[in-house]
Amino acid sequence: MSQADRLESGAITADGGLDVSGLPSYAFGTRSLFWWATMGVIAIEGTVFVMMLVTYFYLRSIAEMWPLGVQPPELLWGTLNTVIMVLSVIPNHWAKHAAKRHDLATTRLAMVLALAFAVAFLVVRIFEFMALNCRWDTNAYGSAVWTLMGLHTTHLITDFLDSLVLAVLLFTGPLESKRFVDVFENAMYWDFVVIAWLPIYAVVYWAPRF
Amino acid sequence: MKNDDANVLRMQGAPTARDAALLEETWRDPPGLAGWFSAVNHKSIGKRFIVSAFGFFVFAGLLAAAIRMQLARPDNHLIGPDLYNQIFTTHGTMMMFIFAVPVMQAMAVYLVPLMIGARSTAFPRMTAYSYWVYLCGGLMIVAVFILRIGPDAGWFNYVPLSGPDYGSGKRNDFWAQLITFTEIPGLLISIDIITTVVKLRSPGMTLARIPLFVWAMLVTAFMIIFAMPAVMLASTMLIMDRLVATHFFNPAEGGDALLWQHLFWFFGHPEVYFIFIPGLGFMSAIIATFSRRPIFGYPAMVMALVATAFLSFGLWVHHMFATDVPQLGKAFFTAMSMMIAIPTATQIFCWIATMATGKLNFRAPFLFVLGFFFILLIGGLTGLILGSVPLDLQVHDTYFVVAHLHYVLIGGAVFPLFGAWYYWFPKITGRMMSETLGKWNFWLFFIGFNVAFWPMHHLGLHGMPRRVYTYPAEMGWGTLNLISTIGAVTIALSVLLFIVNVVRSLRGGAPAGDNPWGASSLEWATTSPPPSCNFVAPHVVGTREPLWEPSRDPGAPRYVTGLALNVRECLTTSAVDARPDHRYTFPTPTIWPFVSAIATTIMFIASIFNPWAVVWGSVLIAIPLVAWFWPTKEETRKHLALEKRP
Repeated sequence: MSQADRLESGAITADGGLDVSGLPSYAFGTRSLFWWATMGVIAIEGTVFVMMLVTYFYLRSIAEMWPLGVQPPELLWGTLNTVIMVLSVIPNHWAKHAAKRHDLATTRLAMVLALAFAVAFLVVRIFEFMALNCRWDTNAYGSAVWTLMGLHTTHLITDFLDSLVLAVLLFTGPLESKRFVDVFENAMYWDFVVIAWLPIYAVVYWAPRF
Repeated sequence: MKNDDANVLRMQGAPTARDAALLEETWRDPPGLAGWFSAVNHKSIGKRFIVSAFGFFVFAGLLAAAIRMQLARPDNHLIGPDLYNQIFTTHGTMMMFIFAVPVMQAMAVYLVPLMIGARSTAFPRMTAYSYWVYLCGGLMIVAVFILRIGPDAGWFNYVPLSGPDYGSGKRNDFWAQLITFTEIPGLLISIDIITTVVKLRSPGMTLARIPLFVWAMLVTAFMIIFAMPAVMLASTMLIMDRLVATHFFNPAEGGDALLWQHLFWFFGHPEVYFIFIPGLGFMSAIIATFSRRPIFGYPAMVMALVATAFLSFGLWVHHMFATDVPQLGKAFFTAMSMMIAIPTATQIFCWIATMATGKLNFRAPFLFVLGFFFILLIGGLTGLILGSVPLDLQVHDTYFVVAHLHYVLIGGAVFPLFGAWYYWFPKITGRMMSETLGKWNFWLFFIGFNVAFWPMHHLGLHGMPRRVYTYPAEMGWGTLNLISTIGAVTIALSVLLFIVNVVRSLRGGAPAGDNPWGASSLEWATTSPPPSCNFVAPHVVGTREPLWEPSRDPGAPRYVTGLALNVRECLTTSAVDARPDHRYTFPTPTIWPFVSAIATTIMFIASIFNPWAVVWGSVLIAIPLVAWFWPTKEETRKHLALEKRP
């Protein structure tokens, strides 16, 4: 280590020990271990979504018509849900920023609001499935559409449950400040689930119309 | 040592014997049977992982021996066609999915934290969960094989043979679920290794000072993250086609059989490289030590690893030259396949330069490394043949391919792995292995391997297709097959010698000491076997070869102090420069990862028989996962005592 490094990292004992007892016990962003884990999960699941989208277009490329003998999904519920999901980013980011400020009361409130949005998009998702105009076993088009929707719905459910457990913990304890980092990273994952929806929405609802 | 509030003890100044005793108490696995299932120490999990993978290697190896017995003479009826199909499928599937990829990750789970001077993997409970899921998956495939309902459509399980129309019973459902079983630990451990390497290195171990083996495992982890999802999705589509009548691979309803091949090989080709790249990492560690000098061309070596990883994603269609993909596409994939020779050659020339300018020490680990050069070279040359379309069409699906893939995988991965076992055995157990038995092990393996697999090149050129359970005498393949079988028996004998050597050395091997080979990386700076916390006082690193070359800055700190003694606390460092960042408290041992793994296993196996198991099984898994995450009051009290806001 250079001279500059040593000055920055603080106390060096007389016999060459680097005393780290004064360092913080947690950190936000790329400094946090779980930031890297969350990004890893996002990379894996993002790859799954991309592979499934590639599969959709691969099947479309060998089909004579698309969709295969059925009507495209109804636009109403899917579009409504896209709006709900995009709006859910607001309470979610509110929670993220409150967490970074260590503001427990606001974090709790924002998490509850975000969860209300989650309940809304899970309920609307049921109506989406009912308006797809195909079944998974209708043909390969139906299989691809249902798998895309199923994969994303799995993410909605896990994201909802993650957030629920975290929110309950924020109310009941036992609490330590590291939980604010968890809220921060939970919000990152939520963003991913919403952003991943946008291309899926475009493909499921609009690709069969062009 | 000082009393903080809430009974947190901290190390102060240089470590004392009492500090070491307290740390041992804090970091060791809990006692008793429940404690054994609760262990999260990366060394305990790593050892179990390595031993399990070796067990599956032996089982799959015995299946290979059965194949060779059946093929030893023409018109043999020792094994019938149905059982034969299950044997070669289970052999290939286990070797690729339950042995080769996991064993490399297992080695990383044990070694990476030690090599970078950390006390744990980043997510120790997740490491434990991954191991248990892996073990259950491996045992499932052994069980279904013994019950004679094992998968039978080959290790790459092509549709339509494996699909609902031709794949009978539940056999290929077990195959598809096995993939899920192995993907979960593969992916989770990749995340674990990446985070460990990025955040838990010793202060001063910048990216340019990471041991090459750690680089290899880091690159491998990234590859797994981007490659494994393809096969996970493919196997899910397959099992859905089989169980809930989706039509992904059904041409009658708009599906396509080649879709399977694309998705499988988009994973399958990188897979070859994430078996091979850790082998390259072992090579670099062993060659440096036994040439007694640092590896020549460190930056070129790192860049070659990264380049290999990128290129390996552009090769998958060369497994599909016999299909109707466009000619132009094939030409592109041929060019990409040839290009991979560039980074591979870079590394081989760097190793040759290292050995040429070093002072060589021909011990058992080094012999296995030298075996790599000979065998991999041949495997690489036949790879050039298979990478070009017209030649590939001639030998596609013949024994030539079988010979090639074994030369690449055994030469590129298994020889370095055996070298690695001889090399790190003293560190893991505290005892040396017998050098004499090691040399017998090597020579029998080396000769046996070539006797077993060299004739397969000729058999392939003479038209013997792979996966036939027997052949008529008039084909004239009898002699070469008999020679091959003799080679296989020799390999079996050499592996038996290895087991004998391990057992004998565990009992009566010479004590190893901290650094028996005079190596340069940090795992040799602690005792053999290492204490539960790895390092009583973590090191501060100033050079690339910390044990050979002291820091150039005489005033630099040498060790880390001030961490808690009775809480699992570690120092994290910044991602690139490895500057001290924050103190991180690791989770304690718990039974929940084991319980979660059992719940996962129940869900996976039940879903083969009833798709609704996915729903109730998810609930079953969610319960232990929440219990796993939920903090206890006692933990929180200790964390609060150590808490300091950034």
